[in-house]
Amino acid sequence: MQSSARVRAAEAVKRVVGNGYRDGMSSAGDTGRVTELAHAVVAEYDPKQVPVTEFLGACYDAGLSWVHFPVGLGGLGVSRGLQSVADGILQGAGGPVPLGLNPMGYGMAAPTVREHAQSEDLKRFLLRPLATTEDIWCQLFSEPGAGSDLAGLATSAVLDGDEWIINGQKVWTSLAHKSRWGLLLARTDPDAPKHKGLSYFVLDMRGPGVQCRPLRQMTGQAEFNEVYITDARIPDVHRLGAVGDGWRVAMTTLMNERSALGASGSRRGSGTIADAVQLWAARPELHTPVLRDRLSQLWLRAEAQRLTSERSRMAATSGDPGPEGSIGKMVGAELNQRIYEFCMDLLGPEGILYHSYAMHGANDDGDWRGPVQQRYLRSRANTIEGGTSEVMRNILGERVLGLPGDLRADAGMPWKEIPRG
Amino acid sequence: MADTGIRFVFDAEQRQLRAAVRKFCAESFGETAARRLMESGETFDAGTWHRLGSELGVLAMSVPEADGGAGGSLVDQAVAVEEFGAALAGGPLFGTVYLAIPALAACPPGRARDELLRTLADGRRTAAFAVADLAGAFDPDRVSINVDQDRLSGDAGRVVDATAAEVILLAASGSDGPGLYAVEASEADRTPLVTMDPTRPQAGVVLRDAPARLLAGPGDTGRIINHALRVGSALLAVEQVGAAQHLLDLSVEYAKSRLQFGRQIGSFQAIKHRLADMFVELEHARSTAYHAVWALADGSDDPALAASIAQATCSAAFSRIAADTIQVHGGIGFTWEHQAHLYFKRAATDAALLGSAEQHRSRVADLVLDNTLAHSGAVRVATGHP
Repeated sequence: MQSSARVRAAEAVKRVVGNGYRDGMSSAGDTGRVTELAHAVVAEYDPKQVPVTEFLGACYDAGLSWVHFPVGLGGLGVSRGLQSVADGILQGAGGPVPLGLNPMGYGMAAPTVREHAQSEDLKRFLLRPLATTEDIWCQLFSEPGAGSDLAGLATSAVLDGDEWIINGQKVWTSLAHKSRWGLLLARTDPDAPKHKGLSYFVLDMRGPGVQCRPLRQMTGQAEFNEVYITDARIPDVHRLGAVGDGWRVAMTTLMNERSALGASGSRRGSGTIADAVQLWAARPELHTPVLRDRLSQLWLRAEAQRLTSERSRMAATSGDPGPEGSIGKMVGAELNQRIYEFCMDLLGPEGILYHSYAMHGANDDGDWRGPVQQRYLRSRANTIEGGTSEVMRNILGERVLGLPGDLRADAGMPWKEIPRG
Repeated sequence: MADTGIRFVFDAEQRQLRAAVRKFCAESFGETAARRLMESGETFDAGTWHRLGSELGVLAMSVPEADGGAGGSLVDQAVAVEEFGAALAGGPLFGTVYLAIPALAACPPGRARDELLRTLADGRRTAAFAVADLAGAFDPDRVSINVDQDRLSGDAGRVVDATAAEVILLAASGSDGPGLYAVEASEADRTPLVTMDPTRPQAGVVLRDAPARLLAGPGDTGRIINHALRVGSALLAVEQVGAAQHLLDLSVEYAKSRLQFGRQIGSFQAIKHRLADMFVELEHARSTAYHAVWALADGSDDPALAASIAQATCSAAFSRIAADTIQVHGGIGFTWEHQAHLYFKRAATDAALLGSAEQHRSRVADLVLDNTLAHSGAVRVATGHP
């Protein structure tokens, strides 16, 4: 019976994930072990009593931070699908959601460090404080001149002995000023075609030559930063992956980001749609039949996406995140916008009021989402951040449906000769 | 309830079933067979139908073996129906498989019911389901047939599959409420109608003192009919998914092979993004259809809500994908010789049957929005005062 379940799940994963499928199915024995370890952690370190860092440290030491990682690096070497078993117990006992506390750390840095760091010592050095959230991480990818065309980025890394000297400007960096480490993509070979001249580094955000400035956005807040890097130095041992292989390393990271952004809550009616439904319920005097139909369309789309995520989760009990995560990101982003547009149309003249444009400090703790009008404004970023909807549709078309790529004017050209502006 | 396995995951037997039905459909259905039937004026191929029931046993998969079915679950039936949809399978699937068999399976055992269910399951006979629905739900006020001493009279209106059917199931009002009856089609006046989708024919059905057999009395009829309509809605949704997948595959292949401006047209973002949107619509439709099937099979969700979510989503998705298929194909997609119009017409037909997307959306609003109570955790509205 156990083996037939394994075959079923393996087949299903192949169907959904396709080429991204890797072996490593869960077994009942592994499930039992994860369950036992998680109960042991919460018994010894009550998350309601001990500090968050201590609790998360205990999780790491027990191999429950990311169960599919190797033993000794916060994992148990079991199926990734069992993470939900561990999280259910740990968070059920009042433990924090670590992805919320250290989003780039858990969502992007951990899998990249695990896969690409040059030594086991470095992995151990970086991963435990990441897991405990003592070290917050940020991502230094986008630049003013390189958004969707990320591979065109200009920040330079020049080798000087056993160190790299970094110069350039990064943008849209959340948590930069709180971060200990940054995942940096920089150009090590301007003579190579753009994808081939990049390398991937871990930058010390507290070192000399790194300056963060809050970047104010249309809501009035500053969730993100600009990071100016001037002659900052990175030891070569903090390079992840081979010199010139930065693009490939970054792609594994981006896939993790997209699947993290694309994953949504599993309870019916939860998430952004709850804002619209609650507003609808609270304001019966504003109801019209046309608005009711619009809301039911939005609710149905949210529900269809929720069921799609659930279907993908049920099938993908193992394996790496693949391009199917792009559906969730794209649908969720566009749905958020339509949901808040609906809220604005429901509110009418009330909707055009605001709470305050007094400058909000970057990354205050507390409620970042604010009143519905702020959420409406914030939702404009959803179809841009983490991959624009246009890029998402290209990914769906090319990687999922197998359509040919678009013509590229810069194909094969040395990066330094590509027109920019 | 039957064992339905892991939600959303088809097991090895179901994958084998899918392969077998797909192979059968490739030989017996598809564009060529649909055109042959259309041109011959026949409504379906009785020989093929009988093989579906007897050789493959895929007409009554969720009916217990004791009643002549395959003893499986609605999930098994859905696997077969998805393949039927992809191949534009002909024959009275809608009347017999989606509605009459689920209705009979829910009827209390009895000689008329048992015998009819058995002969429908093995493909010896066919049926139409002539109960007028209100957006996929039973409405006793719409029953237009009266019963008097087991004889039925009245105008049953337009009935899908009534031309092919040997037996017609109807609701008829007696002195103590509506009952469910079976009438031999030969006892009814049937007027074949020209339908937009010739592969899903209809006839006007009028009864004049037609002898009928009682299948269920007033106490059970509403429940049985609603059950059949929900199962029918779920299976119709699955058919829509199968057909839509076929069209997406067709469109993607065309976008890769058609060259204009010296390039594959699929390399243009205008085409690529449309296809990506079609893919999203299809995956959403698939999720809601499978959800409805599993929910009806294992009781894990409100059946009325699950069926309406599926119908609202799948009708819209299939219609959109069929329209976009024509657009992606350009001129050739508008010709009679191309298969796109066959599916486009099926999409229009399926969207109108058992309730439109709009009607189901409205029911979802009834069930979800109108019952939501405001609570204090609602999102704040800025008032202009900091």
